[in-house]
Amino acid sequence: MRRHRVLPYLLVAPTLCFVAVFTLLPLGEVLVGSLFKQKLNIPKYQHPVFNGLGTFADLFGDPDFLQVLANTGIYVLVLIPLLLIVALGLAFLVEAKLKGLAFFRLSIFHPTVLPMVSAATVWMFFLTPGYGLWNQALRILGYTGPQNWVGNPSLALFSLILVAFWKNVGFLMLFFLAGLQGMDRSVVEAARLDGAAGLRMVTRVILPLIRRQTLFVTTIAFISAFQTVDHLFVLTQGGPSGRSTLLLYYLWEVRFDRMDIGRADAVTVIMIAVLLAFTISNFLMSERNEK
Amino acid sequence: MKSNAATLVRFAFLCLIAFLMFTPIAWALAASFRPPTVPFALGNVFFAPSLSLENYAKALSLAPFGRYYVNTFWQVGAIIAAQLVTGSLAAFAFARYRFAGDRLLFTIILLQMMIPTAALLVPNFSTIRFLGLYDTIPGIALPFFGSAFATFLLRQSFLSIPRDLGDAAAIDGCRWDQELRFIFLPTAKSSLAALVLSALSFHWNDFLWPLVITQSDTARPLTAGLVRFTQMGEIGAQWGLLSAATMIVTLPLFVVFLVFQKQFVRGYLSSGIK
Repeated sequence: MRRHRVLPYLLVAPTLCFVAVFTLLPLGEVLVGSLFKQKLNIPKYQHPVFNGLGTFADLFGDPDFLQVLANTGIYVLVLIPLLLIVALGLAFLVEAKLKGLAFFRLSIFHPTVLPMVSAATVWMFFLTPGYGLWNQALRILGYTGPQNWVGNPSLALFSLILVAFWKNVGFLMLFFLAGLQGMDRSVVEAARLDGAAGLRMVTRVILPLIRRQTLFVTTIAFISAFQTVDHLFVLTQGGPSGRSTLLLYYLWEVRFDRMDIGRADAVTVIMIAVLLAFTISNFLMSERNEK
Repeated sequence: MKSNAATLVRFAFLCLIAFLMFTPIAWALAASFRPPTVPFALGNVFFAPSLSLENYAKALSLAPFGRYYVNTFWQVGAIIAAQLVTGSLAAFAFARYRFAGDRLLFTIILLQMMIPTAALLVPNFSTIRFLGLYDTIPGIALPFFGSAFATFLLRQSFLSIPRDLGDAAAIDGCRWDQELRFIFLPTAKSSLAALVLSALSFHWNDFLWPLVITQSDTARPLTAGLVRFTQMGEIGAQWGLLSAATMIVTLPLFVVFLVFQKQFVRGYLSSGIK
């Protein structure tokens, strides 16, 4: 093993430099910025004024923000279990050989390739009240509720979930499929001989075997649920009356609509805290189970 | 015979799923070729009596999609090129050398995988403005020039190269850059391809960051262009027109995907190596 003095540092420098400028520095910036009051559209607050934890207190006392947290919570808690269960089910369905399998896999996977904004415009048309295919299909199934999904206060959030589900289920299925294909067959066979079948087989035998993939899929599903709000821009704009605003969209609104920099920094801090708490606990869980 | 029946049920079920999954995009595709003069009416929503390219022509005249393509192309190309260079240099250092603080530096870089750059759009917006790069293609691309994922992925594949091979090359008078070029990079081809494809699909589809960092068509990429198009006053509920615009933005990458399907899937899966 040769020892180098300078060369390795020079090689690492470019990557490190970009990470420092666009990840570390911003992290410090929002931590400090969240303690100051600064609003670009109010002369008095053009320049930052120290506010302590006041911005956080304001946020958690603001019904609008609590609504955003509730929306984000529902969105994540409905979307992620739905995605995981259906993706796993689909992986089982397209695993074994069958005529036309490539076509079936493509049908499930193709939305992954589309930009989220394209998926959203396609669905905006699909969800049209009246002659839209979504509503026509629901009518055939006997649905008589409101038709304007995107504009209905209690349905808007679910129309977003629907689009995100359609867009991402194939992507997650892919990882489950890889897990199933790489799984130790002899264990499954042994369990089958011991009488394991159906749901018991899945939860007791197969899921532990593909635990690594499951953990990974959960992580990416969670992170992408937080960092993708593209469909909001096309479908609901967070409305009606804030009923479908998600955290990142709120962040965008606060910063670029209301020009409230202090509050935007505080929201960023909250969002990063949630993401880190999730990834770290996920990581610790996987370490513990590894032993 | 029981397994035959099970296969048939599975086949039927998959047909239903394929139908449901394809319907939204198929309907939009059909709508994009509908003559604008034939309104959507109940019972007649799928097929118009004739096909027309009028929606495509109108969409192209209303927004500079060609320009958006060029912008997206440069933005994504710059990011991929930069990540290949910075990523392979850093990965080479971490895989080939031991140096004081190497673990710390690696951990710092990995932090970028835990905090998505999308969450940091507010401070990064200020940085890009400060650098005078607002509303430029370099401004969109710059924050992604250093990639933890690229470093991590390439390091993994560099680590599979026996140390002796590098050492022997060094004894024979091989410089570090020759080692990297002739020994390390050629063995990491599949990781490099995976990196290119996953960066391509991620940045080609990225929307929020390009949206906030651009304000004119000189830098605006396809995704932001499409959303702007949907919000134009004169578009309204002209679904054929809107669908045509969506297809203009979506179809080319989709065709690329169909051609390179296997490689794409491998690229996606390699992002799962942890």
